[in-house]
Amino acid sequence: MELPVLGWQALVILVVFGISLLIATYSTYAERVIAAFLQDRVGPDRAGPFGILQPLADAVKLFTKEEFFPAGANRALFVFGPCLAMVTALMASAVIPFGNYLQFGTTIIHLQGIEVNIGMLYVFGVVSLGVYGIMIGGWASNNKFSLLGAIRAASQNISYELAMGMALIAVLMMSGTLSLREITLQQSVPGEWHFWNIVKQPIGFIIFIVCAFAETNRTPFDLPECETELVGGYHTEYSSMKMGLYLFAEYINVFVASAVMSVLYFGGFNFPFQYELRDFLAQSQGAVTAQNIITILGVVAVFIKIFSFIFFFMWVRWTLPRFRYDQLMRLGWTILIPLAIFNIILTGGLILFGVIQ
Amino acid sequence: MQPLSNRAKKLEKKPMTLAERAYLPAIFQGLSITLRHFFSKKATIRYPEETRPFSPVFRGLHVLKRDEQGRERCTACGLCAVACPAEAITMVAGERKKGEEGLYREEKYAVSYEINMLRCIFCGLCEEACPKAAVYLQADKMAPPRFERDEFIYGKDRLVEPVAPDARSKRGIQLTPEQAQVLSTKLAQPA
Repeated sequence: MELPVLGWQALVILVVFGISLLIATYSTYAERVIAAFLQDRVGPDRAGPFGILQPLADAVKLFTKEEFFPAGANRALFVFGPCLAMVTALMASAVIPFGNYLQFGTTIIHLQGIEVNIGMLYVFGVVSLGVYGIMIGGWASNNKFSLLGAIRAASQNISYELAMGMALIAVLMMSGTLSLREITLQQSVPGEWHFWNIVKQPIGFIIFIVCAFAETNRTPFDLPECETELVGGYHTEYSSMKMGLYLFAEYINVFVASAVMSVLYFGGFNFPFQYELRDFLAQSQGAVTAQNIITILGVVAVFIKIFSFIFFFMWVRWTLPRFRYDQLMRLGWTILIPLAIFNIILTGGLILFGVIQ
Repeated sequence: MQPLSNRAKKLEKKPMTLAERAYLPAIFQGLSITLRHFFSKKATIRYPEETRPFSPVFRGLHVLKRDEQGRERCTACGLCAVACPAEAITMVAGERKKGEEGLYREEKYAVSYEINMLRCIFCGLCEEACPKAAVYLQADKMAPPRFERDEFIYGKDRLVEPVAPDARSKRGIQLTPEQAQVLSTKLAQPA
């Protein structure tokens, strides 16, 4: 690649990084407002108009709190835990395609941090690393509740990653590629009646979204931070911004999970009638401008999908009670994994007989 | 054992059906319920900006009324202090001097009149006891919170209503027809 293109890509990465942080920040606000609305309340509305400065106030509060180190804690690991959770959460959004491409003159900018042909594998690897942040933090706290929470997080994530990976395999069998960009582009072909993957993979999607809830430690699978049993779970001993980083990492994970689901099952930056609209615009604006407009609309489309999923995550959180730990494990191992295997066989059969491709 | 009431429900432990075991129908049912609440009217009011309407018979902060010519009605008879079950009212009576006829309605008046709002239970017995229609509990004003205890002892400076008729409390004046309607329906209801 030429240098200007690399420069543009660096800018895209920076923007994606900033957007992830911004969305995570406002997820905390959205969570509180949505929680309030679902419970017939109005939520935070004091800081700024409609309370939109609330995340800022929360951040100030967290930064000014006392940095507490429990006696007997491993100080280095105690600090390293939340850092690792945050870093891994932020890394995952790099390969997600937020848009097709913009063209200025001869420069083509892909609206994606990095285009790698193992995109999905990268997301899985990085997200799996996230559990180490929780493990290390829980271990370093020198507290039995933290340790129990960390152990729960580890076993839960490992159990649900299996089912999640198998649900993904069914998608990969159809796409034949791990690149998220390729998977997105395959979900829409010009001049053809083409469906998003959700239509071809309904069972896979249900498995994937259930596992996504478990992977991000969200209700009904928030056993690692189960207040009723474990005080605060793995972040019992954490205070100040170290606590904030853990909470932040959770929201970034929710954002990444929503983005991955939008890309894998809901067509990513595709939206209905985009090619018709492009051809229509091309008549008056020229092909390049038309494509740029479609790309920008695609970015809007992908973010609408992502925000819908984030809303769904919060909606479920304030609806469902927490699973019991044995129920969680039974659901993961005896229902979701066999269902995922069945889904793989079903997909294989349908591909073999040419029903889907 | 003999059942105490006939409301006991016989429950059977049946094995769950497939739909129940799959969780999903129940989950969507729950989600639809919470979504209904998402769009429903909120129970919260944004307090300092909005306030809930008071009942027309609400008994709030006391006021010492003036008559039509702006003279203080209170004659310091002490019936309110006697009637007060919380012993919140103290007063010192004084004789009206010559030339003060425009200030005080009767020949005797209250030199000081204090109500301790921490003792007061807002029962309204002082209002009922008053033969001169001088003390009233306002329906539209509450005793506000304070930082110091002595700030709760209200003297005449804070109790006597202002001379300007516009700034006076509405309590003690005829109820509006709507308020009277609300009040009569409320009183008609059996306790």
